[in-house]
Formats: sequence, C-alpha cells, structure tokens
Amino acid sequence: MFGDYSLGDLGSIFVMQGFAGLILFSVYVLMALGLAIIFGQMGVINMAHGEFMILGAYVTWMTSNFFQTYLPSLFSGYFFLAMILAFVASGALGMLVEWVLIRHLYKRPLDTLLATWGLSLMLQQAYRSVFGAREVGVELPQWMLGSLHVSDSIEVPINGVFVMCLTVLITVGVAYVMYKSRWGRQVRAVVQNRIMAGAVGINTEKVDRYTYGLGCGIAGVAGSAFTMIGSTGPTSGQLYIVDTFLVVVFGGAASLLGTIASAFSISQTQSTLEFFMSGSMAKVLTLLAVVGILMLRPQGLFALKVRK
Amino acid sequence: MTDNRFFNRSELIGILVLAVFLVVVLPLTLDVFRLNLVAKYLTYAFVALGLVVCWGYGGILSLGQGVFFGLGGYCMAMFLKLEASSVENTKIQSTPGIPDFMDWNQITSLPLFWKPFHSLTFTIAAIILVPGIFALIIGTAMFKRRVGGTYFAIITQAVAAILTILIVGQQGYTGGINGMTDLRTLKGWDIRPDHAKVVLYFFEVGCLFVCIMIAQFVRHSKLGRILVAMREKEDRVRFSGYSVANFKIFAFCIAAVFAAIGGAMFALNVGFMSPSFVGIVPSIEMVIYTAVGGRLSILGAIYGTLLVNFAKTSLSETFPELWLFGLGGLFIAVVLAFPNGLAGIWGDYVQPRIDRLISSRKPKPEGWTDSSVADGAPAE
Repeated sequence: MFGDYSLGDLGSIFVMQGFAGLILFSVYVLMALGLAIIFGQMGVINMAHGEFMILGAYVTWMTSNFFQTYLPSLFSGYFFLAMILAFVASGALGMLVEWVLIRHLYKRPLDTLLATWGLSLMLQQAYRSVFGAREVGVELPQWMLGSLHVSDSIEVPINGVFVMCLTVLITVGVAYVMYKSRWGRQVRAVVQNRIMAGAVGINTEKVDRYTYGLGCGIAGVAGSAFTMIGSTGPTSGQLYIVDTFLVVVFGGAASLLGTIASAFSISQTQSTLEFFMSGSMAKVLTLLAVVGILMLRPQGLFALKVRK
Repeated sequence: MTDNRFFNRSELIGILVLAVFLVVVLPLTLDVFRLNLVAKYLTYAFVALGLVVCWGYGGILSLGQGVFFGLGGYCMAMFLKLEASSVENTKIQSTPGIPDFMDWNQITSLPLFWKPFHSLTFTIAAIILVPGIFALIIGTAMFKRRVGGTYFAIITQAVAAILTILIVGQQGYTGGINGMTDLRTLKGWDIRPDHAKVVLYFFEVGCLFVCIMIAQFVRHSKLGRILVAMREKEDRVRFSGYSVANFKIFAFCIAAVFAAIGGAMFALNVGFMSPSFVGIVPSIEMVIYTAVGGRLSILGAIYGTLLVNFAKTSLSETFPELWLFGLGGLFIAVVLAFPNGLAGIWGDYVQPRIDRLISSRKPKPEGWTDSSVADGAPAE
C-alpha cells in the first residue's frame, strides 16, 4: 500500500496524521482533565461531564453572537472573554449540582453514575428546547482562519495550533493549582484520607464542592475550545464521554500525568490507524486495545498508591 | 427445610398475580397492536431480571447489557434473515440467496460466520452460548483481577460502544445502522400476521416465567445468599474461603444469558434488530427499568420495565419534549429518594397494611420474609 507514495510524501502524511492526532489529543486532555479531577480525586462518576462541556460551547456561541451584533470591532478577541464566561457558567452549574445532588451520594459511587446520567438527559433536553436541535457553529475571528505552511506538503491549521496551545496552558494551570497551591494540597489531603483531613481542620464539604465546580468549569473551557474545531449540538457531549472515561481510567484515575500520557497514546494510535483503515475500525481497534490493556493492568498506566 | 424452598407464600402469590396479569388480563383487554407493544416491553424485562441478579444481589453494575441483548437479538435475526433471503425471494439481486444488505454492499457470497445460522438448533444454542461465553471472558478477565464497581461499569460501557461502532461500521456483514429488517418467517411459519403475534406473546411470557423461576432459585439457594453477602462485605466472604470472583462471574453470565434471550425475543416479536438497542444509551436505560422496579425485587423489575415503557410511549406520543426530562428526573428521584424502587415502596407502605389486615384474622406464616433479604440499600 505504500508503493504509490514517495518517501517524502509518506513523511508528510505521517506528520499530518500526527497533527490530526494532536488535535484529538487536545480535546481528550481538556475533557479528561476535568473528569480526572472529579473521578480521580472524588470518586464520582460524572456522566454529565459532556453536557457541562457543551454548556461551555453554547456560552461561547452566545458570546460570539453578542460580539458580532453589538461589538463587531472587538470581535477578534471575543474568545478570551467567552472562555472565562464558559468556565464560570459550567463551574457554577457544577457547584449547584454538587449541592443538590452529588453530596448525598458520596458513599454510593454507582448511584452517582445513574443520577448524573439522569442529569445529562435533562440537560440535553434543555439545550434542545433552548438552542434547538440543530448543531450550531461559531464564526471564527479572521486571525484564526487559514493555515501555516511548514513545507510544501505540510499545512497546519491555525485554529488547531491555538487549541493545542490552550490545552498546554490549561494543563499547566491545573497542575499548578493541584500540586502547588494551598487549595490543591487540601484537595489531595481529602482524597488521601478524608477523616484525617477533616480532623486537621480542612472543611471537606467545601473542598468537595469547589473540586467538583473546578472539574465542571474545566469542562466548560474544553467546550469553549471545542467550538474552534467543530460544531455544537445538544448531544455532542455524549459522543465523547466514554472515550474520555477510558482515557482517565487508562491513565490511572488519580494521576494527571497518566491522564495526559493515556490521552496522547490513545489519540495517536487512533489517528495513525485511521490512515490504514476506515475510521470506525480504527476506533474499534483502539478501544479494544485499551480495554485489553485495562484487563491486564486494571490500575491504569500510572497508579497512585492510596491507603483505603 | 424452609431455607431451600423457592418461594415463600407472599412471593408465590406475587408470581401468580403476575401470571394472571400477563396471561389473562392483558391479552383480554388489549388489541393485538398494544399486546405486541407489551411483548416488546417484556423483552426488556428479561434484561431487567438479569440485572436484579447481577446488580441487585451481586452488586455488579453492568452498563453493557445492551451488548448481550444485541448479541442474542442478532443471532436470532441472522437466522430469520437467512430464511427470508431464500433464492426465490431474492432473485432480483445480483447474487440471489444472500441477505439484501450484503448485496447492496457488493458482497457476493455468504460470509463464513453466517453459514451455521441456516440451522435453528445452532441458532438457539448460539443465543445462549455466544453471550454466555462472551460474558465469561469479560467476567473472568475483570473479576479475577478484582476489578469491580465503577471500573467495571466503565469498561462494560466501553464494550457497548465498541460493539455498536463495529456493527455500524461493518455494514456488509451486519446491516449497518439500519440493522436487519424485513424478517418474515420462522421455519416457514409467518411471524408477521396478528395471530402469530399473539402466539409469540404467549411463548415469550412462558420464557419469562422460566427465567423468573431461575432467578428465584438463585435467590433462595445458598448461592444467592453468598452473592448478597459478597455485595455487603466482599473481603469477609473471601476470607471465609469462597472464591468471590467465580460467584461474580456466575451472576454476570446469568444476567448476560437473560439479556440475550430477551434480545432473541425482541427479534421475533418486533421483526427487526438494529444497533440502536446495543449501545450505551439503551444499556443505561435498561438499568433504570431495574432501578425503578426495585433492584432487589425479581417481580419489581418486570413491573418497573412495563411501567417505564408505558410512560415512555404515552409521554413521547403526547409531549415528546417532556419525555427526556421525565426520564432524567426518574433517574435522579429513584437514586435519591427510592433506592429500592417500586418494590421498596410496596414493602414499606403497602405490604404492612395488607399484612395487618390479614394478621387480624390469622397468624403470619413463618419462614423467609421479604425483609430478610431486601432490607436496606446495598452498601458500596
């Protein structure tokens, strides 16, 4: 099958496929970061994570429409405001959900799964009623269109590069918050030993609420970034939720580094395989490989040893 | 030997009431179209029944029951499809004698794995064995390594996703997103006219009661009590010398086989099978049937399935927008307020009053009572 291509062509194909894999990687990392915090740190299975992400996407869409109508001169910069709004909206909804629903269910992780699934159905229907069943796409500012010419046969779309840079920034930010800040230390303390953390004066309920809010907020930002590369519909979030859970589980639930490594390996495998076979078979093979490895190594790539 | 009885008195009454309801009341009061709808709902009741054993008693939440429902359904549908695509029926195709979707996808001969499905005996064996062995493999791989709880749920979900993508992607071999449609006859007997639907309904109810009896047997045997003990305190059971993994594998396989029988019934009663019954969304919806009925109650699961599906049909006919809100709210309400579902409400509020009415006349029967097994939500 390689006979028709010269060596240089093959090189460019691999670079382009690799780049497509990197965009997929960015989406996975952005979604998985929030999920890794909620599932890895709190043990809550948040099936509504995709819907929190889509909320961020809709907020971005509304912001872009607002800027287009009322502030066309500032349109090129709307995205940064939209991202902050998406974070606030999803984070606030997340904290509300934690207060109403999740906090009653910490002892029953399987039930959080069912309850958040119910929540996701309601949110989907709410999006459908409010924004319509059709997918919406935001208009990109001028500077994000077009692509960079790296060589004659390799072109890199600017919006993809932008999403990747954003991913790196957000990942660094989350890592800083989780591992360097006082609040991050409190979160990790609560994870490792809830009772002791409470005994030394950490308000564990408050930490839980803000952790859940942060995870959902990051999902909102992920949705915001998602609008740069795809369109948004009421059920777009559901498409990614299982993949994202696999990314988190494959990486080792409580490890940020593991999440990134597994997102990278899964996305690269999938996009490389897509070159050799149909998209659906590539996905089937990738997921099968992940499930197979998980059966051999259930704790994931990077496991954190915690005394239960 | 009260321990080894399959039923206590109230359970026996419950089963008889259900039997009268399904065999006498529904066929007499509903027209054939509605009865066929009930038949469709009852195919999900098989899945819900399996989940009672696996999730309610064993504490293993599988979010991939659609996989087994689909495997059973596809096995049955493959047999029916082959019979419907005889050479006379398909002579306008470029390759007569193969299913129509294969012809559309430029496949010129019957694939090897389709060939055994010419035989009904093989098909029936496959309906039981294919999902059973598949569940055995997944279960062995997971439970022997002590993977359980949420991880297991996520992995079964991934399996459901994989199978759906595979079925949709391999259109030439599986019929793709449309599934297998236009199923006509079973061994020359037309399954489409009204009287056939009625016969199939009764056949299905018969199978359902066989499954109920198996579930009752599991529940009242020593096996069932070990399952419950395991759900409550896994380590203690392990330290007592039981192989926890084997019991979990068994419960998971039973649930898989029940789901597969349901799937086969679906293909027979509804007349088609498609990947929309395999994926994540239907799999989780099947869990809610069990949760609404009561995850610890065998009969509750069946009433729960019927109730949720009736609500779904009538709500989505009249207020299509409200249905997802209703279903979502149902998930949340069941989890937050009624962890034991309808059966819990019955046991907590209705049963005591009936008992009081009866006990004013005669003393209570001894032996197993519902509360000795069903007390409290399963601890995680």
